[in-house]
Amino acid sequence: MSIATDETLLELKGLRTHFFTDEAEIKAVNGVDLTIRRGRTLCVVGESGCGKSMTARSILRLIDPPGRIVGGEVLLHREGREGEPGTTVDVAAMGHRDRGIRQVRGRDIAMVFQEPMASLSLVHRVGNQIGEAIRVHMRMSKKEARGRAVDLLGQVGIPDPERLIDAYPFQLSGGMRQRVMIAMALSCEPRVLIADEPTTALDVTTQAQIIDLLTGLQEQRGMGIMFITHDMGVVAELADDVAVMYLGSVVEKGPVDEIFHDPKHPYTRALLDSIPRLGSGGRGRLTTIRGSVPDPANQPTGCVFGDRCEEFMAGRCDRITPPPIAIGPDRQVRCLLYEGTETVTGSMPGQEAPDAR
Amino acid sequence: MGIRVPFGRRRSGARTESGPGRENTAATASQWRLVLRRFRKHKLAMASAVIVFLFVLVSVFAEFLSPTTPTDYDAEYTFAPPQRLHVVDTSDGFDLGLYVHGYEITRDEDTFEREFAPDESQKIPVGLFVEGEPYEMWGLFPTDRHLIGPKEPGEPMYLLGADRNGRDLLSRIIHGTRVSLSIGLAGVSMAFVLGVVFGGISGYVGGRTDTAIQRLIELLMSIPTIPLWMGLSAAIPNDWGPLQTYFAITVILSLIGWTDLARVVRGRFLSLREEDFVLAARMDGCKAPRVIGRHMLPSFTSHIVASLTLAIPLMILAETALSFLGLGLQPPVVSWGVLLQEAQNIHSIANAPWTLLPGVAVTVAVLVLNFVGDGIRDSADPYR
Amino acid sequence: MRAFVIRRVLYMVPMLFAISLVSFAIIQLPPGSFLTTYVAELSAQGQDVNSAQIQALEERYGLNDPFHVQYMKWISGIVLHGDFGQSFQYQQPVSELIWGRLGLTIALSVITMLVTWLIAFPIGIYTAVRQHSVADYSFTFLGFLGLATPNFLLALIFVWVSYRYFGQTVGGMGSPEYADAAWNLGKVLDVVSNLWIPVLIIGTAGTAVLIRVLRANLLDELRKPYVTTARAKGLPEWRLILKYPVRMAMSPFISTIGWILPTLIGGEVMVSIVLGLETTGPLLMGALQSQDMYLAGAFILILGALTVVGTLLSDLLLAWWDPRIRHAQAEKV
Repeated sequence: MSIATDETLLELKGLRTHFFTDEAEIKAVNGVDLTIRRGRTLCVVGESGCGKSMTARSILRLIDPPGRIVGGEVLLHREGREGEPGTTVDVAAMGHRDRGIRQVRGRDIAMVFQEPMASLSLVHRVGNQIGEAIRVHMRMSKKEARGRAVDLLGQVGIPDPERLIDAYPFQLSGGMRQRVMIAMALSCEPRVLIADEPTTALDVTTQAQIIDLLTGLQEQRGMGIMFITHDMGVVAELADDVAVMYLGSVVEKGPVDEIFHDPKHPYTRALLDSIPRLGSGGRGRLTTIRGSVPDPANQPTGCVFGDRCEEFMAGRCDRITPPPIAIGPDRQVRCLLYEGTETVTGSMPGQEAPDAR
Repeated sequence: MGIRVPFGRRRSGARTESGPGRENTAATASQWRLVLRRFRKHKLAMASAVIVFLFVLVSVFAEFLSPTTPTDYDAEYTFAPPQRLHVVDTSDGFDLGLYVHGYEITRDEDTFEREFAPDESQKIPVGLFVEGEPYEMWGLFPTDRHLIGPKEPGEPMYLLGADRNGRDLLSRIIHGTRVSLSIGLAGVSMAFVLGVVFGGISGYVGGRTDTAIQRLIELLMSIPTIPLWMGLSAAIPNDWGPLQTYFAITVILSLIGWTDLARVVRGRFLSLREEDFVLAARMDGCKAPRVIGRHMLPSFTSHIVASLTLAIPLMILAETALSFLGLGLQPPVVSWGVLLQEAQNIHSIANAPWTLLPGVAVTVAVLVLNFVGDGIRDSADPYR
Repeated sequence: MRAFVIRRVLYMVPMLFAISLVSFAIIQLPPGSFLTTYVAELSAQGQDVNSAQIQALEERYGLNDPFHVQYMKWISGIVLHGDFGQSFQYQQPVSELIWGRLGLTIALSVITMLVTWLIAFPIGIYTAVRQHSVADYSFTFLGFLGLATPNFLLALIFVWVSYRYFGQTVGGMGSPEYADAAWNLGKVLDVVSNLWIPVLIIGTAGTAVLIRVLRANLLDELRKPYVTTARAKGLPEWRLILKYPVRMAMSPFISTIGWILPTLIGGEVMVSIVLGLETTGPLLMGALQSQDMYLAGAFILILGALTVVGTLLSDLLLAWWDPRIRHAQAEKV
């Protein structure tokens, strides 16, 4: 399997998901553009409540009322079969219970969730739950599906899969459960894997094992991975590309090295400064970001980060909503500090090049 | 990790991902204010609360509100059907004023049963704050004023019909409201004491005491309620006065009703026992009663109130059932169940279906109390 | 699992013992005894009752023995010989009187429970899945109404409606032509055709409760992450709902078997009295009023024992249904 690293699998364009409560309309996802490419891992980072999870759920149309997608596109590029040209579908335009979206779920795009204990049914055997995932999309007898499930469990590093396939999830450890979740997600060989904080509920050693497992599987299969986390350490270990989210918007995105070594957005900088580092002389205080995330129900006008920003420009940042500004190849930042420093980069996937000369 | 509404109200407690800053605003309002605020949003529960309040008013001012006394009878009007209360007389011109039509009584040739028909020519004027049967308000102040009644005392007025002895059903239902509601309330109060004491001991002490009390509850719950009630009430001596019977029935109702409450209290206690603030209180050297009374009980009063509200309708239903069977309250005490005894034979039901009306009162009261209880429970526990 | 079953069955023994004590205590509670009532009746009819006769009767029934002696006599008769004593009123052994009626009560209760489930199950699921729909609100309201209406009132209303609109007086379980007939297919069909009315009346409250329980449980379960996981697999909505959250929501549903039986029996007693069904209700009522203590005691004892058995069944079913309980129990042993 040759891995073409530039092949685009999934594109989010201007995605908006809002929640309608009695009191307010909450803009959980407020115009998000993202691209997931073959064989690459996109890490979406941000504090709790920044809308990263909701972005992921919107892709598979797993948003429950009172939330719904109110705008934008989720373009899925499917591989053509037997030499036929590939097709592109807009998942955001599908009904959330349609046949169409059911064929995307698990087949084109699979998902792994945060809490493996709660995300698996505790009263069904592991084999049953994986077998079911296989048989939804593939014509297989129960026996064949079981065989495949055993294979998958072996691939995700579960010892003695022949025996554990008949275990109930509550008999497994947290790490084992997450491996089961991953096996289930991989069962129909999806091209895109969305992992929604899959390691948050696990202890550090297990975290590392799960991350190793995912990188290994990606190398074998060439999946595009969208990895959601709030842990910058995980990002450093795993990411090819990074998107930083704050209050429903992507404030900065670009290749991992550039984000880490040359963060542009004040929020990204603040986020990186708040990580303790080895060898930086443990005596200094960690920088914190002042204030806290504002109530999403009444978002500030202008820049979403305005009221916590150290470089706040009165009269500008509280009036103008910063547009995405391209500042390098595959590099974008939503901050008025960089206005006028756009570089011509050809095209930012999913984003029209800001008016080139 | 907020799973559905990421910033919404549903899970905006300490466990959500919304930052600590957001809790501060919520924490400033007292628990009761919060519960009340949420309760007000429950339209059905609010409307029901208004009706419950009306029921309470009716039972407090029963004597004044009923057109006559519950014992006033007139054999002439046995099983007289309900009359329609007219507000405006249009028979000749437009004449404002309350009135009802009199009855035209005929006797069936074959069965010798009397038949009533409204007599359009007869007009009985009805007034507000009229003189009527004398009574003592709350057993204290003798008076004869009634909110509504025939202007001429003694004229027949049966807005909801009459019973076997020609007594006014409306007056009887109004007086029954007082007895039925109060017995529900009294039974619940007693059950509350039993439930909190036993549930509290069970949950706070734990261990063998807990096991013993749990077994006792299981035992009480596994005896079918109606036969148990029947057995216990059959034990009430026939020569006991109305007040003694009333008290005995209350005790019987609460003897069985406390088990649910005890379970709720115990469950709460068990989970609270592990909480840090309870531990802190104990480390500070608080004695058990103080830990329970000052620290633990207040943190789930709203749950207890909800359970209590939901227990009242059960008590009312039980009293009605017992009295209906003739095992509960006895005439001349008037409760809804006692009134329904009238409807026990096919003869009454066939000739005077309005004798079933006390049942409507039961259903409505139980319904609204349930709505209010559910409303309180939902408001008390927004995380469910 | 086997150890769990055995332990659970053994656990019933002290429970049954306690129930027999309570039953006996209840029938001992009323002041006086059947004899006092009997004597009062005889003297009211102008007959002379001499004290020697009374003493002989007291002797015979052991009415002057202390409580525990009377209890021992009673319970050992039941356990050793299946002898529930003698009914004073009917002058027959209690066991001859009760079994037929108990059979009908049990049949009625079990049928009612099944009907209750059949109605409550689909409605509970539907109203939870389509929360806030018109159907949800209507069924929820109907459910509340069903809970709020005492079932004897329903029976009364039914009596009135059938008299008023169908010109029939209801009462009894079979048509008159079968009254003395031996049990045959015709009679069975006849009873069944008459049975659906009491079944519906008795089942109303239970159905309302079960709909509420199932709806509330299912609403909780539908929000859990494992439902999202199943959805993310691409399963069709109804299939995943039936397989996962409904399965979980059923657990408390099963544990209701234990308590629904006493409720049903209670309702059955009331409704039977109104509708004149030949079940335990009217007989128990009469026995309690005339202080026919062995008859009343037998009924209360057996109904209580049935409930204990019901709880046992529901516990065992629950262990079978929910692997977590099964494994937790297995570890305990």
